[in-house]
Amino acid sequence: MNVIETSGLGKRYAGTWALRECTLAIPAGRVAALVGPNGAGKTTLLNLAVGLAAPTAGIVTVLGGRPAGSPAALDGIAFVAQNTPLYKNLSAADMLHLTRNLNRRLDQGYAQARLAELGIQLTQKAGKMSGGQQAQLALTLALARRPRLLVLDEPMAMLDPLARHNFMATVMTAVADDGMSVLLSSHVLAELERVADYLILMSEGRVQVAGEVDDLLARHRVLTGPAAEAGRCAERLSVVHARRGAAQAHLLVRTNGANDPVPPGWDAHPVSLEELTLAYLREPGAAALPGPARARDAEPTEVTK
Amino acid sequence: MTIDKGIIPASGRAGASPPGRGDGDGPSAGARGPASPIEFRLDPASGVPTYLQLVHQVEHALRLGYLKPGDQLPKVRDVVASLAINPNTVLKAYRELETKGLAAGRPGQGTFIQATLRQVALPELTVLHRSLLGWLTTADAAGLDEDGIVALFTSALRDFRERSGGSGGRRGAAGGETEDVA
Repeated sequence: MNVIETSGLGKRYAGTWALRECTLAIPAGRVAALVGPNGAGKTTLLNLAVGLAAPTAGIVTVLGGRPAGSPAALDGIAFVAQNTPLYKNLSAADMLHLTRNLNRRLDQGYAQARLAELGIQLTQKAGKMSGGQQAQLALTLALARRPRLLVLDEPMAMLDPLARHNFMATVMTAVADDGMSVLLSSHVLAELERVADYLILMSEGRVQVAGEVDDLLARHRVLTGPAAEAGRCAERLSVVHARRGAAQAHLLVRTNGANDPVPPGWDAHPVSLEELTLAYLREPGAAALPGPARARDAEPTEVTK
Repeated sequence: MTIDKGIIPASGRAGASPPGRGDGDGPSAGARGPASPIEFRLDPASGVPTYLQLVHQVEHALRLGYLKPGDQLPKVRDVVASLAINPNTVLKAYRELETKGLAAGRPGQGTFIQATLRQVALPELTVLHRSLLGWLTTADAAGLDEDGIVALFTSALRDFRERSGGSGGRRGAAGGETEDVA
């Protein structure tokens, strides 16, 4: 099952395309990182996926083919928008009450246990809480809905390092417990490098790279060798990004795997996720989009109980 | 790929740590009850993939005697809660340890140490150690300094691994065995 599937998806705001020709298939059970500079179209894609915006072009479905924004889709998705939206004058108990009444289902026991663990008093007003507590409260309300897919837009932008760690620990524990899928965006890859096993890299409204992190790393490497031969080498290889000194050159190339022959006189090094990401962001024309696995006719999995 | 529920018991706190043993290094994940004799840590600056860091730490703990056969490795959920990493990363590390024959999963309980690395301290190691010392003397005579030697060794090790086509090397390939010999 794919938790999010898009085909030719596009969104235009006032004559400008915020997202264009987006075709993706994110498999279930992944922690998917949506990374890209500010204005790349990340929030637009997330809003389309959770049904907060309607596409100008193309299709987006979630949780095994449910139209985004449909009641069946919304029931299985929890979304925490940027800047942890909470009613600042409501107490934690009120927020809990509100969330329970706005949703078909809320695991009250889980929510209260989490808040107790976090040291958040039920009588405390959201506006009086620290940034970390507010983020944790919004997250707890989302997780208490027991979603199949959790979508987080820049969840940690305003958190200090400890709060970030605790926030991510809560998300990852829910993944371990329920096998929930996660899609989260950030403009800082380092925030997500430890948790993501699926990467979607966006720039200028387009998806540039999408795939399993392990596959992406296995299918790229850095070749280091004499700059004089770099041009000749590049003709025969699929070079994403080249850095050249007077004598020495580094080529980040796509390969068919670890057994691809290394040109004589060159050294091959494995690539880190950060290096890979930067190389693609510097070359907006380059793309690595393994043909996404279509699963449109797969039966929707039961998510409601 | 979903989480293998088999090795993440919902409630079980089975496998008390043996008596008279410390908690390993580092502060704990809190009052989670008796679990594993060790606690993982991560070095973000090392550049080593997270799952390999976990594998190396188990191997290291085995060599130093913090872990013995029968000991339980930290539960996936506990590792995830304390390090804030993807559960699949922990599962991958534990699978790697199983492939190496060092650990085995027990359905519904967790992953347990099955073998010790001390058995790697074969008599051949003394011979290898001696021949390595000989090689070092040659390298030194050729004018290589310590950094140069390390760079050369690392590059040769990488070539060796690539040639043998293995993923991540065999048991004991992670270095450090010489400590057992001297």
